[in-house]
Amino acid sequence: MIYSYFPGCSLKGLGRAYEESLLPVMRHLGVELVELEDWNCCGATAYMSVDERKACVLAARNLAIAEKAGPHDLVTPCSACYLVLNKTKHQLQDSEQMRATVQTALDTAGLTYAGNTPVRHPLDVLVHDVGLDVVKERVVRPLTGLKVAPYYGCQVVRPYATFDDAWNPTTMDRLLAALGAEVVDFPLKTKCCGASLTGTLPEAGLRLSYILLKEAKRRGADVIATICPLCQFNLDAYHDKLAKRWGPVRIPTVYITQLMGLAFGIPAEELGLNRCFVPMEPLPAAPAPAPA
Amino acid sequence: MHDPSNNGDVRIGFYICHCGHNIAGMVDCPAVAQYAARLPGVVVSRDYKYMCSDPGQALIGQDIRDHGINRVVVASCSPLLHEHTFRNAVEAAGLNPFFFQMVNIREHDSWVHTDRAEATEKAKALAHAAIRRVRYHRALQTTKVPIHPDVLVVGGGIAGIHAALTLANGGKNVYLVEREPSIGGHMAKFDKTFPTLDCAACILTPKMSAVRAHENITLWTYSEVVKVEGYVGNYTVTVRRKPRYINEELCVGCQECIKACIYKEAKFPDEFNVGLSKRKPIYIPFPQAVPQVVVIDPERCLQIKTGKCKRTCIEACADRQAIDLTQKEQVVQVKVGNIILATGFKLFDAKRIPQYGYGRYPNVVTSLELERLVTSSGPTGGEVELRDGRTPKSVGFILCVGSRDFKTNRWCSRTCCMHSMKLAQLVREHTGADVTIFYLDIRAPGKGCEEFYDKSLKDGIQFVRGRVAEVTDWALTPEEEGKLVIRAEDTLAGVVRRIPVDMIVLAVGMEAQADAQQVRRLFNMSCGTEGWFLEKHPKLAPVSTFTDGVFIAGCCQGPKDIPDSIAQAGAAAAEAMALIDRGYIEQEPNTAYISEEDCSGCKSCVPLCPYKAIGFDEAKQKAVVNAALCKGCGTCVAACPSGSIHQHLFEDDEIFSEIEGVLAHA
Amino acid sequence: MKHFPPPSVETPPAAGGADVHAKSPSVQADLRPEAPTKVRRTIKYESERVKGFGREVMAVPGCDQLVRCIQCGTCSGTCPLSVYMDHSPRQIMALVRADFKDEVLRSNSIWLCASCYACTVECPREIRITDIMYALKQRAIKERMYPKRFPIPVLAREFTNMVSKKGRITETLLVMRLFMKANLLAVLSSWRQGIGLVRTGRFVLRQERIEHSAELAAMLATTDTQAEPAPKNNQEAA
Repeated sequence: MIYSYFPGCSLKGLGRAYEESLLPVMRHLGVELVELEDWNCCGATAYMSVDERKACVLAARNLAIAEKAGPHDLVTPCSACYLVLNKTKHQLQDSEQMRATVQTALDTAGLTYAGNTPVRHPLDVLVHDVGLDVVKERVVRPLTGLKVAPYYGCQVVRPYATFDDAWNPTTMDRLLAALGAEVVDFPLKTKCCGASLTGTLPEAGLRLSYILLKEAKRRGADVIATICPLCQFNLDAYHDKLAKRWGPVRIPTVYITQLMGLAFGIPAEELGLNRCFVPMEPLPAAPAPAPA
Repeated sequence: MHDPSNNGDVRIGFYICHCGHNIAGMVDCPAVAQYAARLPGVVVSRDYKYMCSDPGQALIGQDIRDHGINRVVVASCSPLLHEHTFRNAVEAAGLNPFFFQMVNIREHDSWVHTDRAEATEKAKALAHAAIRRVRYHRALQTTKVPIHPDVLVVGGGIAGIHAALTLANGGKNVYLVEREPSIGGHMAKFDKTFPTLDCAACILTPKMSAVRAHENITLWTYSEVVKVEGYVGNYTVTVRRKPRYINEELCVGCQECIKACIYKEAKFPDEFNVGLSKRKPIYIPFPQAVPQVVVIDPERCLQIKTGKCKRTCIEACADRQAIDLTQKEQVVQVKVGNIILATGFKLFDAKRIPQYGYGRYPNVVTSLELERLVTSSGPTGGEVELRDGRTPKSVGFILCVGSRDFKTNRWCSRTCCMHSMKLAQLVREHTGADVTIFYLDIRAPGKGCEEFYDKSLKDGIQFVRGRVAEVTDWALTPEEEGKLVIRAEDTLAGVVRRIPVDMIVLAVGMEAQADAQQVRRLFNMSCGTEGWFLEKHPKLAPVSTFTDGVFIAGCCQGPKDIPDSIAQAGAAAAEAMALIDRGYIEQEPNTAYISEEDCSGCKSCVPLCPYKAIGFDEAKQKAVVNAALCKGCGTCVAACPSGSIHQHLFEDDEIFSEIEGVLAHA
Repeated sequence: MKHFPPPSVETPPAAGGADVHAKSPSVQADLRPEAPTKVRRTIKYESERVKGFGREVMAVPGCDQLVRCIQCGTCSGTCPLSVYMDHSPRQIMALVRADFKDEVLRSNSIWLCASCYACTVECPREIRITDIMYALKQRAIKERMYPKRFPIPVLAREFTNMVSKKGRITETLLVMRLFMKANLLAVLSSWRQGIGLVRTGRFVLRQERIEHSAELAAMLATTDTQAEPAPKNNQEAA
């Protein structure tokens, strides 16, 4: 299986552990991710706050590059990129004016946009294309006894709930179960982590992260699994500030792909697990290998 | 072909009405009358202020007598208003009423144009067309369709019961068919009714008993209509009577068999108590059930499923021997003249809004579930309890669950505000708990309802205007621990609130029954876009349907409370009685008819008819139109490949001459 | 406008079950409010409305459903940030429809929106509230009506500048620019985050850039020469 791959700025920066774990895990499952050539920033929520048409052009350039790259679906792990690219596709579908604006812009670079490249999330690809049976087969080190709270965040399930339910998504839950982990019931799984407000308006943003960590811990989770680099950062990097304002709550937050890598037997260093502020405890002693 | 123009027989009278200023304000009526006077065949051409008035009609009669007029054209308002009036006037003067043609120069001309000259030219063109057309009109007769005096009422809720009793009291023979083992519908499940707080059972059961006792009502419960054939006044209805495995004639409802059942404990969800309690395979739906006869559930009864049971129930009924496990379903056919549908509603499935936690948090219940808890004959003996048996200290009501919501149902379910306040009052009375109602609007129309709202306020019920966003079970403060938390914006106070409660009641909306589409097809009716049965006119004919002889009443037509359901039931009964007492209906002769020798038997027309009015004579291999069912829509006429279908009043020569008339003027 | 006495007493879960409500006598505070020497008169005159503002906002694609808002408050109820906003999302919608442009564009509400889309998904009238918030943000920036030195719009501006020039953003550099422009002192309180990023190898100082940045700049520039889309005629109601 081959997909085009749009990492997004964060996966090369603060969220590099996501890419570091995503690529080997996908390779392990026989999925090839081909990075788009000279992709640009999707614009995230910031560009949309300033100029809608420019934001659309920015995102459309990537979609056009993806179209040029071949008839493969485009996989994008970062939630914000996933949302922006899908939203742009919808905007271009619904508005003739926007299509014209974008085409005029793309013309200067000799690119075209036809709108036939689906933008997918790795969770979608893992559960629906690769399939949980295949994932289960590749597990050599089941995560038995590890209690994981699956945290989806907002932008992967809202407003476009294309591959999972907006209120109670279960793709990550099922994936974790396939890895052998114990999935903790976590009703806050789609509540906002505070996004960029944790930096710009900490009083508001940090509290949202705090509520998530507190409740995950209260429900007995050992670790929180995420699929968004900003969520991971927010839940991982501010424990000191949270402790000062509201109280100590220490629980590691990792990417789902990192857990997958561990289950597949890939060494922790190769998965970027050393990049967590709050390190994850090593897995309990490996049980006897499952019979072949 | 009929063309009286050849022998100079046609003598046309043309009348254009001023309709006060309605027409004369835009159309130059005298000019049109002068224009018409010069057209071939027109003997008399007048303009008059109000043609529909007595003197106006008298003009027509006068001219028919004095000038030998034998074709009449009136240019005035819409035929829907006065075609009947003028046809009667023509008939009263001794001329066949179908030698009349009406031209609409009000809705089609004067009311929709702004240029006087152009409007007048258009009136002339339309008049010319009608004058040419009326020449080809044939003498036609209305047909009288007799009405069978019996009536079928489908649905034994409060509306069906009331309709049946009204008709039966009027001396009509009624078949009341109900799907459940007992009549009573949703009302039988209520504790008290708003706004009077009457005990529902106390006011319902006398009517239920009256149904049972009435000599004119044949009550068939645990039965369904499976086929309807025929047309107004002459319906043949097939009813399937499901086996209860009990002989209704012999059972006296002593319930010894239930006590004796091999299942010592009740094990199966009790439908009447909406799953809040259990019943045995042999059961009676509720204590006041009518008929007071036991029923056996074949899916659960050990003997029926496996053949291996001690059959202690049969033993217990040794002296009456009312239990018959070999009972089979019965199929009966009846002939009726009218049908009233009163099939009621179903409640919105609260699981469709997962944000409210129904099905996930045990202490989130629906309004109907709370209704059963509050009823003294209910599963908890009238105690309002949490699932673990404790009495709630705080209760939150969430309104508009599955109503007024573009994502689920767009309509307002009309009764939930009132019944939520009623339940809130009852909960306060039973438990003294703090009760908060979260609402968008409080809709309390109807007599006594605004006072009911005031009483709710006086009872100390808190009202928070804000649609609830979510119900959660995680706490942010100590007082929230262990409780369900409602987060909503108190829009009137202007602040977001988190309110912890022990129990949450969802005011679920009403929906059409799940099988509404199948049922409406059975009775040859329509449903509206929201799924309710479609009335003929939302204002003027709320209980009639487009199918003559089929009426609707109660919530199957749309959400409403008990007084309105009863009012509609009475209305439907009156409509049916009017037809029965007159004994016949007059059928408009603008029906399609098939020229037998031209029909090729291709059957193209048969499936096209929206009223199922075309049958096929297998012996002759020809299609046949049932004039009683035909509504004259013209679909078959246009579709017939061999042109063998014609329509009275819309013959080819009539239509073509009308077109020529318009073109001639242009 | 909220006129409530002191903020709610929200307490974090106390470790070891200590009674969080107990205060030592020495810090028993007098919680009474100050005497109101100045009172503020709040009334809205018609002249304060900027007629047409509501229609302009609703003309932005996706925002036309606002005309059907029944002010139910679901958006505020579900919004995680509504408790910090000076006007709740519902109030902002009411103010937009009533053409109170200044109130809306000067409020902090539109900047506190984290674009989590919870409101959009829950709204029973299917109004795209988040998109309306974006439209208001764009308008506030265009008309320079956002609060001074407020980090959120400053971040948006710095973000777009970096992307427009380099094609990609480097988060650490962006944050540093944000601190410089908005709140230098905040750097000091975030020193732990800085050290943590260095320690975990997530602190990147090299500016990410694309190869064809000139091409991207040209593409973005084409939108400047195009006319604004004409506001739609929003006369049709539900």
